[in-house]
Amino acid sequence: MEGKPVLHYFKARGRMESIRWFLAAAGVEFEEKFIETAEDLNKLKNDGSLMFKQVPMVEIDGMKLVQTRAILNYLSTKYNLYGKDTKERVLIDMYTEGVADVNEMMIRLPVCPRDQKEATIAKIKEKTTVHFLPAFEKVLSHGQDYLLGSKLCRADIHLVEILHYVEELDPSLLANYPLLRALKARVSNLPGLKKFLQPGGQRQPPTDEKMLEEARKVFKF
Amino acid sequence: MMASKPKLHYPNGRGRMESVRWVLAAAGVEFDEDFLETKEQLQKLQDGNHLLFQQVPMVEIDGMKLVQTRSILHYIADKHHLFGKDLKERTLIDMYVEGTLDLLELIIMHPFLKPDDQQKEVVIMAQKAIIRYFPVFEKVLRGHGQRFLVGNQLSLADIILLQTILALEEKIPNILSAFPHLQGTKNATGCLPHIAEEDSFVNRSENVQGSCILICNLYLNTLLFE
Repeated sequence: MEGKPVLHYFKARGRMESIRWFLAAAGVEFEEKFIETAEDLNKLKNDGSLMFKQVPMVEIDGMKLVQTRAILNYLSTKYNLYGKDTKERVLIDMYTEGVADVNEMMIRLPVCPRDQKEATIAKIKEKTTVHFLPAFEKVLSHGQDYLLGSKLCRADIHLVEILHYVEELDPSLLANYPLLRALKARVSNLPGLKKFLQPGGQRQPPTDEKMLEEARKVFKF
Repeated sequence: MMASKPKLHYPNGRGRMESVRWVLAAAGVEFDEDFLETKEQLQKLQDGNHLLFQQVPMVEIDGMKLVQTRSILHYIADKHHLFGKDLKERTLIDMYVEGTLDLLELIIMHPFLKPDDQQKEVVIMAQKAIIRYFPVFEKVLRGHGQRFLVGNQLSLADIILLQTILALEEKIPNILSAFPHLQGTKNATGCLPHIAEEDSFVNRSENVQGSCILICNLYLNTLLFE
């Protein structure tokens, strides 16, 4: 039976947000079961739903998928956003992993100790400006609409998500990257993403102190 | 035109390249290594635009310069039929590999911790392995009674698991004592011809990590950490 995917996670960005972005961009409606108490999480852990007793977990096609990358790899294949052959797929993989490196830093930033926050932000800015943004701007110098050319793929979605976070951190970081800004505008305007990003859409806001407090109660960190 | 061997660019140490060496070895693919021993060598790779994100690992293979460990592993696994027979098997393998890589990450980072933290971290690794990861794989193997994790044939999941088990055993020799099926799969995978030959890298001692750390301290900590 083809039901909607069901996402199990805390009501926050964390490691589920890139999955939400992807489904929205792919035009796939999804449901969310938010973990709000320690009991919610324990229930999932104890009923065998979580392979490594961790979330994110996505119920789809009769499976309970875990591990963000495994989930995204499955979804990308299912919704035809993973390139047409091995050569395209390996390119997409490299771009996706490059984005994931920056995303990892963004995910950890809210839980970074207060006295290390400034140094961490400086590190993120350094990594994006030295390694990351120039590489992708260069890829787009082929003059076509998307990373691989004329067709959207998962890497465009992941990249644009991160460009939003980079801009949230410091809008001036994107100043020298016109092609990336154009990609960001183009992809953000896809019907599914447009709706996702509007008020009332399923996108989660930046993680603030209050959300962290709630999360500490559930995840005990 | 004869296909040339893949060429690996990385310092002479395990780090993030070790999984790639394992998978190539398991697939029976001979490879060359260009060990990065000086700052200038890395600079040369960066200046020559050989590194997409200015980082290693990098593997020259089939006319491409692949970076990012998982991309490299997936490419090799696909090419050498180590990724299952269909999407369902592939996804299972993916989940198992990703879980194992989470555990392996602790091992990769271990040499770079302060000496005081290293012993504590060994305890954490052992706990995670025994409580979170090993029971999952033990149950899978017990469930179907086969030697390999998925589809009754060797896959990326078995190779990465073997690499991780052996690395953990170096620090915690009896770590598999409660997991008979894992011991079985360790022996099955470890006896595969290409791995059992154990030419250069499998027996590389941890002491090589010393030279690795020196190089890292000389310049970027992004050298080993993507």
